[in-house]
Amino acid sequence: MSDQKDEKKTNRRDFLFTATAAAGAVGVGAAVWPLVDQMNPDASVKALASTEVDVSSMQPGQSLTVLWRGKPVFIKRRTDDEIKKARAVDISDLKHPEKDEDRAKNPEWLVMLGICTHLGCVPLTDKGDYDGWFCPCHGSHYDTSGRIRKGPAPTNMEIPKYEFVNTNTIKIG
Amino acid sequence: MSDHEYTPSSKFGKWFNDRLPLLTLANHLTDYPTPKNLNYWWTFGGILTFCLITQIVTGLVLAMHYIAHADMAFSSVEHIMRDVNYGWLLRYVHANGASMFFLAVYIHIFRSLFYGSYKSPREIIWILGIIIYLLMMAAAFMGYVLPWGQMSFWGATVITNLFSAIPLVGESITTWLWGGYSVDNPTLTRFFTLHYLIPFLILGLVVLHIWALHVPGNNNPVGIDIKKPSKDTVPFHPYIVIKDAFALLMFCIVFALFVFYQPNILGHADNYIEADPLVTPAHIVPEWYLLPFYAILRSVPDKLMGVVAMLSAILILAALPWLDTSKVRSAVFRPLFRQFYWILVADVLILGYVGAMPAEGLYLLIARVATAYYFAHFLIILPVLGWKEKTTPLPLSITEPVLGGSPNLAAARSDEKIEKTIK
Repeated sequence: MSDQKDEKKTNRRDFLFTATAAAGAVGVGAAVWPLVDQMNPDASVKALASTEVDVSSMQPGQSLTVLWRGKPVFIKRRTDDEIKKARAVDISDLKHPEKDEDRAKNPEWLVMLGICTHLGCVPLTDKGDYDGWFCPCHGSHYDTSGRIRKGPAPTNMEIPKYEFVNTNTIKIG
Repeated sequence: MSDHEYTPSSKFGKWFNDRLPLLTLANHLTDYPTPKNLNYWWTFGGILTFCLITQIVTGLVLAMHYIAHADMAFSSVEHIMRDVNYGWLLRYVHANGASMFFLAVYIHIFRSLFYGSYKSPREIIWILGIIIYLLMMAAAFMGYVLPWGQMSFWGATVITNLFSAIPLVGESITTWLWGGYSVDNPTLTRFFTLHYLIPFLILGLVVLHIWALHVPGNNNPVGIDIKKPSKDTVPFHPYIVIKDAFALLMFCIVFALFVFYQPNILGHADNYIEADPLVTPAHIVPEWYLLPFYAILRSVPDKLMGVVAMLSAILILAALPWLDTSKVRSAVFRPLFRQFYWILVADVLILGYVGAMPAEGLYLLIARVATAYYFAHFLIILPVLGWKEKTTPLPLSITEPVLGGSPNLAAARSDEKIEKTIK
């Protein structure tokens, strides 16, 4: 390899180096992936994907917290006043613009993940400057539609996938 | 490092040492030349080693009784407290030991900041130290989750949710960390595993930290380079050993006061309530040693930028050897830096205080000013100070200011002559 020209030319040895390194990298990657992926949710965790909740005893103004996938879900039967308040808001005033009509298909029932989108605390119901929810951890205020109005949370509280199985039962997930 | 060759006196010692030079290492550690002006702020390295060993030993025996399962963790900790022989003592030593460890590490870090120990040629020692500090925070955080009380659970929820601030992949990373859709049993078991692993990683890094220290040798309160060995140094044993031992005893008195008289004063009452994923405690606060960073996190109104600011506050320390442009190490000879140093100490204490208070009103305002100042200290004040500040003259040796009384060149020279004639 003393010759200048020889060094620049790609030879069979360079090809072998590259091919060996590439095969080695793939091998290491394949060996490491199971070690990484074992930390993801396992089959038993994924199996608990849906929960059915009986809401027949709930009166307007009452709310219920149920556990779904280890997370609290708020089910709120809203009063007319609360619905009116949520729908009267000008969308352009919101940090995360969403219409109440889109968040609560059946206006009387609001079903959402009871998790503050800031750092995951459970907000308190019927509290805060907007009479919706208030997160005690870092002071986020949500309105009666669970939309962020004031404080550090970046987005509205999430609406999970849910459906009314019949008039008295909500299936979450 | 001492240059002289070491030969064990016994025949067996010589035979063994030729095959594994452990005796040479032991000889290096005892003879290791140390600046003779080291003050008590230099004893915290030894104290920290003691803290690490204490945590490993008490942790090991606690793990024999603890059960890492969401349904049993809380009661197994109460079982340790009530049923296990001396369980209360072992747990209180371990829990308060974490606080003592951080108390010592903060003194150790602020000693480096004052005497410029992070400067050339000790940058690697400093960076290893920052990595150890980061691992300590990880270990402490995960250890706090293990009792599975309300603060454990919600602290874990808040901290792991920091990762969800990462754009695009944040949610998947959080789910991966949890092993589910919220903090639950899989999270607890992996935290226990990592909590057990990290102290041994720290132990390995401590070896590197000390190894790197033994290459240039200790910095000293005067901050000047000294010849080793020379009349400016004393051997590590017995001079430093006895001083470290005395300081350690004093430290253990403070440690014992917490363990035996106020074992829960540094904790939160909420952690004696079992974890409940449906109820968040009214006021989530991390342990005291993380409060300044928590205050920085909360002082930024944006979620992602808050996380970035908090991490930068720690990582900025790794860049410190290059941010501080002054060639003079010790604050003793830097009159302006000395003032800014104490302002920084006050700033960090203020951040710690507001970190424990609700993030609203005046507290939030103070947190924002203090956060801005923290970054300004490292990014603006230190670089500018390096070339603006007029430092006072450095002595020629450690001995000079002691014997000469003043940095007087002629006096120092004549003192040297006197010493030579005595020799």
